[in-house]
Amino acid sequence: MVTGRRISGEPDTSVLFDGRELPAVRGEPLSAALLAAGVRTAAAGVRTGRPRGVVGIGTAEPGAQVRVEAPEFRALAPATGVEVRDGLIAASTAGLGALPVTYRPPQRGPSGPQSSSPITHDLQQEPTGPEVFPPVSHRDPQQEPAGPRPSSPAGRDPQRGSSGPSAFPVVAHRDLQQESPGGQASPSAGRTPPRGDARWAHCEVLVVGAGPAGLAAAAAAAQRGVRVILADEAPRPGGDALGLDPATDRWIAGTTARLADAPEVRLLTRTTVIGHYDHGELVALERRPDGTHLLWRIRARRTVLASGSVERPFAFAGNDLPGVMLAGAAAAYPRRHGVLPGERITVSGCHDEALLAAAALHDAGADIAAVADARPEPGADALAGLARRGIEVRTATAAAGTVPDGRGELAAALLAPVAADGTVTGPAERIGCDLLAVSGGHDPAAALAVQAGGRLRWSEGHAAFLPEGLPATTTCAGALTGVRSVRAAAEQGDRAGRAAAAAALAEGAAPAAMSARGAPPAPETGAASDTGTAPGAGSGSADLPPAGRSGGAEARTAPPMALFTVVRPGGDAAEVFIDLQRDAALDGVRDAVAAGMRSIEHVKRYTTAGTGPDQGRTSATVLTGALAGLLGRGMDEVGGTAPRPPCTPVPFSALAGRARGELLEPLRRTPMNAWHEEHGAVFEDVGQWRRARYYPRDGEDMRAAVLRECAAAREAVGMLDASTLGAITVAGRDAGAFLDRIYTGTLSTLRPGRCRYGVMCTADGMVLDDGVVARISEEEYLVSTTTGNAERVLEWLEEWAQTEWPHLCVHLFNATDHWAVASLVGPASRDVMRELAPDMDVSAEGFRFMSVREGTVAGIPARVLRVSFTGELTYEVNVPAWHGLALWEAAVEAGRRYGVTPYGTEAMHVLRAEKGFIVVGHETDGSVTPLDLGMDWAVAKRKEFVGKRSLTRPDTARPDREQLVGLLPEDPGALLAEGAQLVAEAPGPAGGGRSGPGAGRRGPGERIAAPIGRVTSAYDSAALGRTFALGLLRSGRERHGERLYAVHMGEAVPVRVADPVFYDREGSRRDG
Amino acid sequence: MLLIPCPWCGPRDECEFRYGGQSHIAHPAAPASLTDAEWADYLFFRDNPEGLFTERWFHAAGCRRWCDVVRHTADYRVLTSAPCQGGPSGGGEW
Repeated sequence: MVTGRRISGEPDTSVLFDGRELPAVRGEPLSAALLAAGVRTAAAGVRTGRPRGVVGIGTAEPGAQVRVEAPEFRALAPATGVEVRDGLIAASTAGLGALPVTYRPPQRGPSGPQSSSPITHDLQQEPTGPEVFPPVSHRDPQQEPAGPRPSSPAGRDPQRGSSGPSAFPVVAHRDLQQESPGGQASPSAGRTPPRGDARWAHCEVLVVGAGPAGLAAAAAAAQRGVRVILADEAPRPGGDALGLDPATDRWIAGTTARLADAPEVRLLTRTTVIGHYDHGELVALERRPDGTHLLWRIRARRTVLASGSVERPFAFAGNDLPGVMLAGAAAAYPRRHGVLPGERITVSGCHDEALLAAAALHDAGADIAAVADARPEPGADALAGLARRGIEVRTATAAAGTVPDGRGELAAALLAPVAADGTVTGPAERIGCDLLAVSGGHDPAAALAVQAGGRLRWSEGHAAFLPEGLPATTTCAGALTGVRSVRAAAEQGDRAGRAAAAAALAEGAAPAAMSARGAPPAPETGAASDTGTAPGAGSGSADLPPAGRSGGAEARTAPPMALFTVVRPGGDAAEVFIDLQRDAALDGVRDAVAAGMRSIEHVKRYTTAGTGPDQGRTSATVLTGALAGLLGRGMDEVGGTAPRPPCTPVPFSALAGRARGELLEPLRRTPMNAWHEEHGAVFEDVGQWRRARYYPRDGEDMRAAVLRECAAAREAVGMLDASTLGAITVAGRDAGAFLDRIYTGTLSTLRPGRCRYGVMCTADGMVLDDGVVARISEEEYLVSTTTGNAERVLEWLEEWAQTEWPHLCVHLFNATDHWAVASLVGPASRDVMRELAPDMDVSAEGFRFMSVREGTVAGIPARVLRVSFTGELTYEVNVPAWHGLALWEAAVEAGRRYGVTPYGTEAMHVLRAEKGFIVVGHETDGSVTPLDLGMDWAVAKRKEFVGKRSLTRPDTARPDREQLVGLLPEDPGALLAEGAQLVAEAPGPAGGGRSGPGAGRRGPGERIAAPIGRVTSAYDSAALGRTFALGLLRSGRERHGERLYAVHMGEAVPVRVADPVFYDREGSRRDG
Repeated sequence: MLLIPCPWCGPRDECEFRYGGQSHIAHPAAPASLTDAEWADYLFFRDNPEGLFTERWFHAAGCRRWCDVVRHTADYRVLTSAPCQGGPSGGGEW
């Protein structure tokens, strides 16, 4: 059947849809091009695979969800929201993303009241019980039952629907390989996502929606000179009033032009405000014509919501066929885009605007097959307007079913008499038509109003949920409040805009632009006086009166009727679709009620209605109405689901903005980084720092390189870039007293020029950080922290200094970035130092262990610490960061004949672990005390420090806490996995017992004993000639010598518990 | 995102701050003399009112000062903001 055509405008480009070239007009929505070309099926139901077509206009589209391939990829978009551009390639979404389940769609045929197909909904025939929910992991596709699947206790699995032979091709399981160009396995693989960016903006008044109310509000606020942002989803302002009549269009154009010229007004088109957050923050997504996205974060003193309304359908059997559209949308296509969506049209509604739509479609050239109004008494003016066109209206009648053609598209509508609640009361009449235009009313687009703190209340007079109870900072105007006339909406918007501007000005200081312009805030005058800017009354055709309550006094209108479902009592409801996007039908709602659900939130989750791409924008009220009807409750009693942000799908690329790849997170490089890169270092990221992990020489893998680097440090001299260690300056008269309270040890007794190792705890007694503290002078300490922990430690120190002890004179400063540090490690390090710093006494007697000297190293002013993180003789040379590379290169040069070997973090970890030195974050995880680590020696007994009291809490003092131990695998070549669980018994055959992660790798019936500890660090050691590990083990210090098993991913490695210090237990090597 | 009035920098986005929990929880002067229950009360127990709540915020990405903010926990209204009223809690043992 030929259906749909272009009645005005000339195509100036073409689009490719499902491989078909369609003529199109630039700037119109893809849906208009589809309708003009007679493409009725544009998508398929996500679960049923039933064909779906264009239903609406604007961005609220229940049916035609498409995939855009070019120019920019969009995985899922409403065809009504895709603008036609040159090179647009799109495809129906049929089957993409569907789970590989075999679905048999219900039997097709005339559905609805005349259908002779048996009722398939029968609770008695369905098995019930918990076994009907087999765990997914146990499902064996080979054992999939051939017959109808067992169903949920409610009677039917809402995910599947009923079964039966197919009468039309099922497209739900198209092969993805065929689907995507290039044969990529994933439909989005290899595609570059559109670029995104973020912007922040502040304004006094944000207006959401640029229909008549929004335009008037923005214009009124702009007149007061405040900063105004006006955001609208559509490519151009006007909203639903666009194209209504020439006078309205002129007003829209004029107002838009004035706003565009106003200096403090920002007009954002193609911009959806996606959420209302705290303290006047609203987030908006701008889809720019070039395919990029801007995510706006807007702080507004006042918000005017003029987000309009969304036309809602009512539900009946077969209401999802391509060819069933919303009446207002059907009438808007000819006037806005010059496209007539059908040739022979049946209209069914329950309010006057549906009748106006029928008249408009008639005037656009369509043959009106029939017009039905569910109300016994429609508005007299609307009836008269149709009568003048020779169109009769069937009252108390509504669409109750559809008849598909061979392609599953609409061939005829079934109109039946209905009662006030939508119940079918008599036989249906078959009306042949290619378009069934239905309308159940208009839902205010109130998501943002609810997010702002408002509530929705059902208004019988409007047959709609209207927002109320909003905070003073947010006002609503226009169709959002139930107003249906352009004139009334504009007047309301004008008042709201004035009031918002005045309130914003009164609340805070006037913005600079304001005072510069000299526009003082004036008292609120109440009703809008500036009616000159509002458009003339009237909408629709000239001889039809404007719809809505605020029409002229002579207007003879009738209130809308609340109509949600049109069904025969007890009739089959599997094809009465509530939410087309989720293929959720009325039978699912009935099942939910039968299963005892009463809350709309439960029913939503059971049926999945309202969880599709538009989050129920087009289906929520119908769901509430259907549920209210089934429960015999009022609309307010049932209510709606919470409309949480975002209101529309937001691409991840838009949220990410520029924070991708290299810009995802700041990367900190040390001053010596260029040298490491030049010399082939393999890097690892530690916190934000990029550190050299090891320096492989020709052909070495990590293990070989690390063994070589470790051997050099133990036998000759190694060199580590330690610039990433945190360095915090603590200065002031009370610096020593302050550090005494922070660290577990005493630092006030440290003499200037000396260093001491320290541990700090959180108040609950757990290790927070450790490091060496050097006393530079009487009033200045240098605190070193773990790499990546400097910021956290600084915050910790600042918190105590400011909030607990503000009377202490302490100044804190993060000096990490100011120092570059080269650590010379090993017996030959003194020789290298002699060459680098001829003026410095680096002898064992002249420069003692744990002391700090200032002097000149490689010609650079330096601070040298004789501390050791490896047990070897070590000089830690600190120079100003600018000179870091020069120092490093000089040390490499000076150390050449001593065999100086740069080593990375991996060797550093091996060297420290051989000595049993912990690393915060490896051996600690926020649940480990200094005593657990065997550091009693670092914990002062006689002074108070943060966390001290916690070390005697019953839980921290119990003897069976996990304690630091060494672990030696019985096989000296076995490298344990960090994180492996320690168990006392080898995993063996089960006698029940628990099964841990990885149990799947073992044979069935095996079990693992409860873990009593874990491996925290594991390495291969050159010095020990074997592998070793550190771990935390329950009562570990008493278990030295015991045999345990380290279990990881199904492997159990036998290990011996040992003292955690493996190397140089006497400490004989630190002085060289 | 909250808009938190820093007493030094003015209203700033929440993402510039670090939350510090309930205000005016002073470190006990003599922890050693507390029972386990009293110490646990200091460590772990905080008020959780529905209503006005005085809480600490740290302007980490700004002036790096702590402030006390009075906020309504149900509707997030912020009533006041002031520099942290820390005080010497330490008795003889500190």
